[in-house]
Amino acid sequence: MAFTMGFVIMSVEMLGGRILAPYFGGSIHIWGSIITVFMLALAIGYALGGLYSRSEPDIRKYGVLFIAAAILLWIIIFFSEALGDFVFLRIEDERAGSLLYCILIFFLPTTVMGFASPYAVSLITTSKETSGMSAGFLYFLSTIGSALGTLITSFYLVEFFETNTIIKFCSGILLLLGIAAILQHRKNE
Amino acid sequence: MKKILLVIVLLQLSVVLDAKELYRAKSLYRDIYVVENNDLLCLKFSIPRREDTSQSCMDRKDPMRMVFNYTRMMMAAVLINPEPRSILIVGLGGGTLPTAFNDMYPDAEITSVEIDPAVAKVARKYFDFKETDNNKVVIKDARLHIKRQALKNKKYDLVILDAFGSDYIPEHLTTVEFLQEVKQVLSPQGVLASNTFSSSKYYHHESSTYAEVFGKFFVMQTNAGSNRVILYSENDALLNIDNIQNNVQRLGKTLDKYDVDAELMLRSINTLPMWNESARPLTDQYSPANILNAKEK
Repeated sequence: MAFTMGFVIMSVEMLGGRILAPYFGGSIHIWGSIITVFMLALAIGYALGGLYSRSEPDIRKYGVLFIAAAILLWIIIFFSEALGDFVFLRIEDERAGSLLYCILIFFLPTTVMGFASPYAVSLITTSKETSGMSAGFLYFLSTIGSALGTLITSFYLVEFFETNTIIKFCSGILLLLGIAAILQHRKNE
Repeated sequence: MKKILLVIVLLQLSVVLDAKELYRAKSLYRDIYVVENNDLLCLKFSIPRREDTSQSCMDRKDPMRMVFNYTRMMMAAVLINPEPRSILIVGLGGGTLPTAFNDMYPDAEITSVEIDPAVAKVARKYFDFKETDNNKVVIKDARLHIKRQALKNKKYDLVILDAFGSDYIPEHLTTVEFLQEVKQVLSPQGVLASNTFSSSKYYHHESSTYAEVFGKFFVMQTNAGSNRVILYSENDALLNIDNIQNNVQRLGKTLDKYDVDAELMLRSINTLPMWNESARPLTDQYSPANILNAKEK
């Protein structure tokens, strides 16, 4: 699951360039905005997820996070065009405009995706001694997922699919994994 | 035959050896080189290798002479509308086209849009590009500039799209949505000339995209496999061989100054371009132009 989350985060980030280009162009500024907002959202997600993980973490809640992220990705699918026009018409400066636009469409889904990360660490950590190992293993999985998400999206997926189709696919996988986690939790009880 | 080849290779080698690098810079987007080769001054975006990757060249002895065929073809857009009063040029390079248009139409209002400030600096410093009230440069992404101009209801009699480097295509300038925005800024007599590649799979997708937005268009190509220039006009009566023929008579002499052979341009026009029409048009949602451009036609 951590692998998939890593995959989705970077897949969406790569698509960010395409989503922004019609309104803010292909200048270096748009990548500045995209990466800044993703990093900021992940940082806030990590901090909040860490705090939240203290209160009885279980796999059901972890699954709910996936479902929430899956739903929030639809912000991009539904509103990216309308919000792009909205910001373009009001802000001339492409740096300020692209930054605001990224916050509007990427901030919420990415924060929730960041939220899941420390939560996963708390789920698989069984003792203090092995906590470093658990965290290391999770970082490994999620970062490999991110690497593949970047590569596969930019090299192959964009050749065959529309941007929104790829995001729907990402959302679908998160949704399925979220449901699977909740079912697993029921079975355990 | 082998001897001839050897001579050609040696000649090319000597050309490379003679070339002198005058300027080199890393800009936000690319490496920029200015190379001098006898009287030829060239702007390059990649390491000067044996094959020619020049974006723009100027003959110092005859600065108005066009060195490249594709710039000649772009200039030949005036054969469709011989009296443009406002011209928008996307992609400045060494400023060859705005300089020539400004020379030919001193009263026309010319705007060049260039994303890279370093390119504009080089054009001014090395290529004698002079900005005036009638010959302006805007440093901006072309998509944004055109979108803003469309909102202001600004119209141009001539739009020149020349933003593709030798190996990279800005994908947001390939889509149906972008071309619709371009169409919005064309005046009722407006002409579009777009310089593009012709030798990859992208060719088919690009043709489908232009067909979807513009319906009918002409293609100008002097040699098979080289650049092709797509020509379109908002006024159907202008995009017509008889009209172009008349303008060849009218402008032929004037165009000689820029080394544009109007007769040759006329002969190089294909009024019924063919392509694989099942190729999917490119959209903002689907625009893998660079991947397609790396594939065989």
